[in-house]
Amino acid sequence: MRVELIVNGTERFADDVWPGESLLFTLRERLGLPGTKNACEQGECGSCTVLLDGLPVCACLVAAPQAAGRDVVTVEGLAVEDQLDPVQEAFVETGAVQCGFCTPGLVVMVADLIRRTPTANDAEVREALAGNLCRCTGYEKILDAVRLAAARVAS
Amino acid sequence: MDFLRPTTWADALSAKAEHPDAMPIAGGTDLMVGLNFGQPPPPALLDLTAVGELAGWDRDDGTIRIGAGVTYSQIIAELARECPALAVASRTVGSPQIRNRATVAGNLGTASPAGDAHPPLLATGALVEASSVRGTRVIDIDDFFLGVKRNALAPDELIRAVRVPVAAGPQQFAKIGTRNAMVIAVCTVAVALDPVRRSVGTGIGSAAPTPRRAVEAEALAAANLPWSSGGALAEDLARDFGNRVAAAASPIDDVRGTAAYRRHSLAVLARRALQWTWAEMTGGPR
Repeated sequence: MRVELIVNGTERFADDVWPGESLLFTLRERLGLPGTKNACEQGECGSCTVLLDGLPVCACLVAAPQAAGRDVVTVEGLAVEDQLDPVQEAFVETGAVQCGFCTPGLVVMVADLIRRTPTANDAEVREALAGNLCRCTGYEKILDAVRLAAARVAS
Repeated sequence: MDFLRPTTWADALSAKAEHPDAMPIAGGTDLMVGLNFGQPPPPALLDLTAVGELAGWDRDDGTIRIGAGVTYSQIIAELARECPALAVASRTVGSPQIRNRATVAGNLGTASPAGDAHPPLLATGALVEASSVRGTRVIDIDDFFLGVKRNALAPDELIRAVRVPVAAGPQQFAKIGTRNAMVIAVCTVAVALDPVRRSVGTGIGSAAPTPRRAVEAEALAAANLPWSSGGALAEDLARDFGNRVAAAASPIDDVRGTAAYRRHSLAVLARRALQWTWAEMTGGPR
């Protein structure tokens, strides 16, 4: 079946979609957007976090045809041309990246958190990121990045 | 596999009547895991996320009617005062990403013994609104769970809403897991006090083939709590209540825990939940 949706502000379509395939598969394999990562495929790890109609969700748990007509933002949609999103800049500057596989999901999740709650305290940040796993266990630097990005956005 | 995507409730019911073997999908947080891991797909998916009528909740007298499309995130943000036990349970579901998609109706459809929403619904005497082209019936939550992942829905029925009484008193929910997010419960307990009727509601999860109430514990607490004086909750009563809740369980040993651990932790959680709710109601120490 054909699925038409809006990805990063642009109308896109994918053909030959199997109705039970995930939005994650469609984004990566049919629309050429491999920034959204495929790790656990069961909603445990948050590596595939995208914004669906403005809400962070696991793309692996959305059936692709459910996204028809919806608005999807992936990690590729955060930067404006060459200008990184403040969250991406903060991750680079604080070294909040080890192997990098969890980074896109975290960046999308943190961007959403900071937009909603720029004054989030550490407990709120931990709660917001509870669904994003870093197997390198680099959480301290990630929290540093969140604090830096939040401070910049707030100022 | 067909993909059915009605945009009205009437069309959804017609689609379910024509394709009774179609699998309803809302948040997909349970169903998609199976499909991703190669489980045999159902003949059709019936997507309910485009049915606008399901998305909201409303209040009618003393009841909150939660539409089948309402997510756990919405319950946390909008219904913490009216449905406190359900809201506490909602905060323990998955992660923010999961709570933005998952629904109470989906929990009921799956009918897992570990579903986090079930104990609060049992403790508060919720009703499940089941609809088909034949009409709508209301199923008492006590009659809804039939076995492991089996419920009372007919093949042509869909869950339209869940009706939860507005809380008459303090409610609590407690859950054991290996961390505070992304866990399937080892066991759960919900307790709801109703000082008007002088009754106590309970629900336990991951403790039997179905979620269930602990009826004898409810009767013990209702008969012996110092409702009139509003005095302190006796230690012995709290402990007996916990033991009766544990006695109502039929737990098994599995990958998440042993039956013995489940019984023990149910007794502890139930005792604490009763102490927390009683303290909240009487202004006493927790």
